[in-house]
Amino acid sequence: MNRPTRKPVLEGATDLPVLLPAAGRLARTATRERAAGGPLPRLRARHGLWLLAILLLSAGVAEAQADPQVKESVVTAIFKWMPVLLQGFVFNIAISFLAMAIGTAVGAALGLMQISLLPPVRFGSWFITQFFRNAPWLVLLFFCMFLLPFEFDLGFVVIPFPDWVKATIGLALPVMANVSEIVRGAVVSLPSGQWEAAESLAFSRRQTLWEIILPQCVKRMLPPWMNLYAILTMATVLASIVGVSEMMTQTGRALAAENRPELLIPFYSFVLVCFFAYCYPIALWTRRLERRYQVKL
Amino acid sequence: MEAVYDWARVLYQDTGINLTFIYDSYDRDRLIDGFLMTVWLSVICLVLSVVIGIIGAWAQGARSRALRWLVAGYIEFFRNTPPLVQLYFFYFALGSIMPTTTNRFGLEEPLLNNFAWAVISLSFFAGAFNVEIFRSGIEAVPESTKEAAEALGYTRLQTYLEIVLPLAFRVCLPALNNNLVNLVKTTTLAYAIAVPEMLYQANQIWSDSVNVPEMMTFLLIAYVFLVGVLVWGMHRWERSMRLPGFGS
Repeated sequence: MNRPTRKPVLEGATDLPVLLPAAGRLARTATRERAAGGPLPRLRARHGLWLLAILLLSAGVAEAQADPQVKESVVTAIFKWMPVLLQGFVFNIAISFLAMAIGTAVGAALGLMQISLLPPVRFGSWFITQFFRNAPWLVLLFFCMFLLPFEFDLGFVVIPFPDWVKATIGLALPVMANVSEIVRGAVVSLPSGQWEAAESLAFSRRQTLWEIILPQCVKRMLPPWMNLYAILTMATVLASIVGVSEMMTQTGRALAAENRPELLIPFYSFVLVCFFAYCYPIALWTRRLERRYQVKL
Repeated sequence: MEAVYDWARVLYQDTGINLTFIYDSYDRDRLIDGFLMTVWLSVICLVLSVVIGIIGAWAQGARSRALRWLVAGYIEFFRNTPPLVQLYFFYFALGSIMPTTTNRFGLEEPLLNNFAWAVISLSFFAGAFNVEIFRSGIEAVPESTKEAAEALGYTRLQTYLEIVLPLAFRVCLPALNNNLVNLVKTTTLAYAIAVPEMLYQANQIWSDSVNVPEMMTFLLIAYVFLVGVLVWGMHRWERSMRLPGFGS
């Protein structure tokens, strides 16, 4: 078997017994963030309160600055534009769902290829994974925006390819690479005893993988996968740079239409509050799963 | 060099692959400027974010509760919001309420230009992560080590500079490197406020020469190469700086 062999790590066995637990915590976080390919959001309920406070405060300040006779109040302005902004936000969510689905499907396959026994397959998938992990999200987004055709002509049917589909694919590429790394990491993190026990019970490699290894991996992969989803959701605002009409673009348009500088801070705060309201429950859930799935081996 | 330029011209004539940034001196200079801008932006933000991290870590250990709360609020705000929204927030929202100055042509210009806002925004973004990293690193140094330094007659500042920081730095290094790699990737966001870094310059070139596929491919390879070299170098550095016996 040419699986990567792991050195047995003895708990607390160090020849330099000087570091406090904080060092271990930091090292663990660093490993997690390296696997997730980006800084992990870490939401708590009080963040939402702060964002709301900023929104209300800035709205209040803007309110005081505004001339009551001529202009409508900031709160009414937000209410007036809310349907447009929320429509944009729903679009963000839709893009994130689709990109996550595509990224996960392709990334899982790529991750399994990374633990293949055939060196060319292993190396090729490793290369693709590293390539897309190291490329900035925005550059990948640009790449897909400009290089994918706006429609596919299959001779008998023409499949249109609007810009949001291209943006979705552009976001799915880094997700794919990170999912691939999560899958590989989960498989490698299982103790080699599992493989050896399966082998001694005459399981074939495929059987071992599908019936013993992967079911155990799903639990380990879920929290980092959800973290990745949160990162992706935050990254969907990048699509505004390449002209997809998601929330950030709609906010820009609304602000341009209103043309009132005092609205800038309340509107951007509203965007932040929306993203928080969506990401916070996911973060809560991830934390719960992490606690529940903490595997003691 | 001339041979390479000629080769690019021949390539264009033979295959239609238009690498203007090789044979056209104007485009070449623009792209090199863009690359240097990306590196410059990364370096400034790196230095500033490390400074912010050190100051923040110090402030988090301060006695004043207000200061601790302020730092905590700062960290949480920047950790949990998309960096693009932060950049817009800084440039458009805060930029709109900043005072303006008159330049030497008698025109109004903002006190801080887009480059300055990009530096501020990205430094604060990366700095928020550094505060936590440094604090964990400093927390990892045991009291007994500090007491030993005190017993040897070190002053508080000396202990901090010569005992705590070198040890903490080694503990922090992997996390810091993650942050640095991420920072280099995040500099592309400065494109959104027209800072002439590599992505922006490439955009200018493809708008002028209509060679989008060539520029895009080059850009992707250039960034992957840049980040790849960085990741590789950092891993080597991490390995050589590793504290013996700590971690697997």
